[in-house]
Amino acid sequence: MSDFPWLLLMIALPAVGAAVVAALPRGRSLLAKQVALGVSLAVLLLAVLATLAFDPDGDRFQLTTSVSWIPDFGADFALGVDGIALVMLLLIGVLVPLVVGASWHEADTGPRPPRVFFAWLLLLEAMMVGVFAAVDVLLFYVFFEAMLVPMYFLIGSFGGPRRQYAAVKFFLYSLVGGLIMLAAVIGLYVVSTSQLGEGTFAFDALRQLDIDPDVQKLLFLGFFVAFAIKAPLVPFHTWLPDSGAEAPIGGAVLLVGVLDKVGTFGFLRYCLPLFPDASRFFAPFVLVLAVAGILYAALLAMGQSDMKRLVSYTSISHFGFIALGIFAFTTEAGTGAVLYMVNHGIATGLLFLVVGMLIARGGSREIGDYGGVARHAPKLAGAFLVAGLASLALPGTNSFVSEFLVLIGSFPERPVFTVVATAGIILAALYILLMYQRTMHGPPRGVLLADAGPEAPQEAQQAHGATATLTAPTRTLRVTDLSRRELAVVAPLVALIIGLGVYPQPLLDLIEPAVSATLSDVGTDTGGTDR
Amino acid sequence: MGTVPAEGLLAASWLLIALPLAGAAVLLLGGRRTDRWGHLLGTATVVAAFVLAVACTVQLAGTDGRSADVELFTFISAGDLDVTAGLLYDPLSAVFALLITGVGSLIHVYSIGYMAHDPARRRFFAYLNLFVAAMLLLVLGNSYVALYVGWEGVGLASYLLIAFWYTRPAAATAAKKAFIMNRVGDVGLAIAIFIMFAQLGTTSYAGVHGTVGTLAGGTITAIGLLLLLGACGKSGQFPLQAWLPDAMEGPTPVSALIHAATMVTAGVYLIARSAPIYDLTPTARAVVLAVGALTLLVGAIAGCAYDDIKKVLAYSTVSQIGYMFLAVGLGPAGYVAGLAHLLAHGFFKAGLFLGAGSVMHAMDDSVDMRRFGGLWRKLPVTFATFGLGYLALIGFPFLSGYFTKDAIIEAALDRDDVWGWVLGGVAVLGAGLTAFYMTRLMLMTFFGRARWEDGLHPHESPTVMTAPMVVLAVGSVFSGALLVSVVPLSGWLEPVFGEPEEAAHVVAPALVGLVVTVVMLLGVLAAWLFVGRREVPVTAPVRVSPVTRAARNALYADAVNESLFMRPGQWLTRALVWFDNRGVDGAVNGLAAGLGGSSSRLGRAQTGFVRTYALGMLGGAVMVAGALLAVTAG
Repeated sequence: MSDFPWLLLMIALPAVGAAVVAALPRGRSLLAKQVALGVSLAVLLLAVLATLAFDPDGDRFQLTTSVSWIPDFGADFALGVDGIALVMLLLIGVLVPLVVGASWHEADTGPRPPRVFFAWLLLLEAMMVGVFAAVDVLLFYVFFEAMLVPMYFLIGSFGGPRRQYAAVKFFLYSLVGGLIMLAAVIGLYVVSTSQLGEGTFAFDALRQLDIDPDVQKLLFLGFFVAFAIKAPLVPFHTWLPDSGAEAPIGGAVLLVGVLDKVGTFGFLRYCLPLFPDASRFFAPFVLVLAVAGILYAALLAMGQSDMKRLVSYTSISHFGFIALGIFAFTTEAGTGAVLYMVNHGIATGLLFLVVGMLIARGGSREIGDYGGVARHAPKLAGAFLVAGLASLALPGTNSFVSEFLVLIGSFPERPVFTVVATAGIILAALYILLMYQRTMHGPPRGVLLADAGPEAPQEAQQAHGATATLTAPTRTLRVTDLSRRELAVVAPLVALIIGLGVYPQPLLDLIEPAVSATLSDVGTDTGGTDR
Repeated sequence: MGTVPAEGLLAASWLLIALPLAGAAVLLLGGRRTDRWGHLLGTATVVAAFVLAVACTVQLAGTDGRSADVELFTFISAGDLDVTAGLLYDPLSAVFALLITGVGSLIHVYSIGYMAHDPARRRFFAYLNLFVAAMLLLVLGNSYVALYVGWEGVGLASYLLIAFWYTRPAAATAAKKAFIMNRVGDVGLAIAIFIMFAQLGTTSYAGVHGTVGTLAGGTITAIGLLLLLGACGKSGQFPLQAWLPDAMEGPTPVSALIHAATMVTAGVYLIARSAPIYDLTPTARAVVLAVGALTLLVGAIAGCAYDDIKKVLAYSTVSQIGYMFLAVGLGPAGYVAGLAHLLAHGFFKAGLFLGAGSVMHAMDDSVDMRRFGGLWRKLPVTFATFGLGYLALIGFPFLSGYFTKDAIIEAALDRDDVWGWVLGGVAVLGAGLTAFYMTRLMLMTFFGRARWEDGLHPHESPTVMTAPMVVLAVGSVFSGALLVSVVPLSGWLEPVFGEPEEAAHVVAPALVGLVVTVVMLLGVLAAWLFVGRREVPVTAPVRVSPVTRAARNALYADAVNESLFMRPGQWLTRALVWFDNRGVDGAVNGLAAGLGGSSSRLGRAQTGFVRTYALGMLGGAVMVAGALLAVTAG
């Protein structure tokens, strides 16, 4: 079974699917959606089967496929996964079908036909699988850049009112990062040429290089800046709130859920093993950015009035935790950081989806336009609460396990940074509960009063007064509870949040050996037991 | 502490948590289909858990070493961290399990009546069940991580229940406040756990308590203080006490169950459970004592000034838990006294809150004691049960509070130093204040002229509500004597805290009892002079002394929090949002404009991108390649 080209299929299937969907005749929107759903479910199945074929205690990279690609440069179309990449593929497999389901009607009203939306979505899936599965640095770079294109069009064609601005900003930031990384990739190639006699892009060969510390620092920075923009770490973050706010919900879910994780994945896969000396040298600086980002972005999240921007800022805060876990250089914290990448995709994915469902009902992204929704849409409110609690890492939800591992694993090595970061959990409770209280609790407000008839303005005024509790609930036409389709989208994520919150060990077993191997490359694995 | 793997019923003690958890899941997921019998299921799971807890405790009594370990599954294992989901059933956790499920069952039964007309009664029972499950996990877990999971789970349940009537802005805000202030404490608990793992490599009770002696004194003190921060958050102790009175926005059974009998005692549990740590750090113990003594007074003073019956009881809870902190802060001499007071308090305070709920039920949900009065005639059962709870709380001779509070005061005096006298004095003074505010409450509510709103016809509550009140009243009367003399708690808890040593009393217990009783009677007399003699005005007097005004504002705790944290926090947030939009983003946009054209041009310059991109790619690559060649060649 291990010779079966799992990864190649996982790239080819959605890519072909994208072409098929794009080629469908106009007016066959439903068929386009069905194909997209079928293909994405097939990818999920492949991801699950690939996980079963994967032996956590076996070779570092498994399920490998390699085809000669550009022989002159020593570049191969080489795929393979370790435990870290594998769990990210599982996350992609889970999220894309749900995004298809959640976007079922959203794309109908866009300026372009729905099939275009789903074609880009499938292409994006193919690129995302590629970027995690590549074990050739040049191939990784190509996927890293190619991934921008479908996302650019998803934001630019199907996004909110300021979509053009957001899309260009997204593209520009990523471009700058990509360029700097390309320079570093070429630099790495030059070093490999001088050390091995002939140039190579193969990750395993590059890992063995013994690079001069000063050169390491330069190359580290090249990769680091690209990844820090992608992840994003403060102060490289300002593109994300715009993109997150303007992207269509499905795009936003994949953007913060998966695309941004390429940044933190890159830290672990490329920065640490390839440039161990530089990683150790720069670790304190990165930790400063990480911990400052946790608090800074959390405070900013509290100050947002736009729900999608708020969720984007919470993600920036969470990326700080992930970076802390990676650059603390202990097995516990590193394992926690990788699990955090998965859990954040699930939790924030759900948060974005629910916020999107609310926005679809009320037609506004402003928190101030909502209030008392829980009474009219208890299921929606319940899903919102579960997503929020996962976001603030309440024990019993998946995020607790990862945040706890990151913090407890970082503490022995970096007590001061960890203690400051721990204060972030108070802020997390604040930004989530503030948003939840303002939208879900209290008397009806904003859009819930809009349909109430001619007296509505008067009642709205009353609702802001002290007698608000006595105001009779106003009947509303717009805010209905979750439909069956929406429930089907939300339920798997809620189940994963609680399931992985109670029993996270299967994922930890996949992740830990890969993290241990990575840290032994850095030579700073002080915490973990070697397997 | 010899811990043996559990056998028989004890091996199934995980069902204690699973039963109410399953109840909550069924009620929340089942939706309206379960409306008709949801409250019955919710009550049944907790009663079943109580029966199981009794059976487990009986079996535990016959087990060697009176301690049973239940390993369930690997929760988190990565690197050197290995957290097993497991339970520890020992005398301490058994006491709490009985209290939680016992009082919990009574409150569930009461709620059937109290919430009968609420359309969301099923949701209420779901949350109550969730709370019971989380609280049981908190006390039954065998590691600090398990405790932490239950700890925050309790915080969630409390949040949901305070915000139960979430369309009221006050309820929604109170719930959020409770959660946030609890989380401040949780940070302390979390960091304590980090230190344990970093220094000892384990988080289980057995592991930590077995090896904590190898640590430096400063580290142990740090752990003790951080645990105390957590305990203060959950138990509403100074300086994190301000959330507890606001939590009265929840339905009254919630106040009885969570904010009197169980959740707020979690802090006392944490400190008692961590006795092996606190035994090694006199400094942390001294801080526990100071927190307890201070909170005892703060709560009692605030309790004297409020006109809201539930707020008075809430501040009374703050104050009584101060007594318990004072007791456990005394170390080995006080653990048992603190826990006995905790159990007795569980009975009488739950009874008092249920009684208050019954009064509110009769008075159309009013909580303003200035509009009560003369209710003893209309609500005979409520009056009788409430009255017994009242006598128990103020420490009327031979009722439960008399025994347990005296035991704490004796233990304080037995320190035989200046601080022993100070703490003992504070505790005696607190007893006088308690008698004052509770007598004031009794007089304003049940005696005097009826000052009811027009059109009210108070009526006694249905049996389903009064029956639990009667049971709790019986408990309030006898539990003290039972726990101190008949079936001594000290003997039962011996495997946890060691052999109770017969202290050489500095002051004869009889004399202590006499002094406390006299002070208590003075408090009652003062209340009679200030409140009982005169007509109670229906609106609170405005021109009052600064002391009264301070007490009415709970000694300005909210004002301090607001001006120290909330407002600066809001300013900081606003400033940062401005800075991020103008400063960081502006700088980057400006940079982009300087490098490749203005940001307004970017909006339409898509076609130019590919060329710029290619050019930049080439330029960057050439530069780095050149630099590298130079480095490697040179």
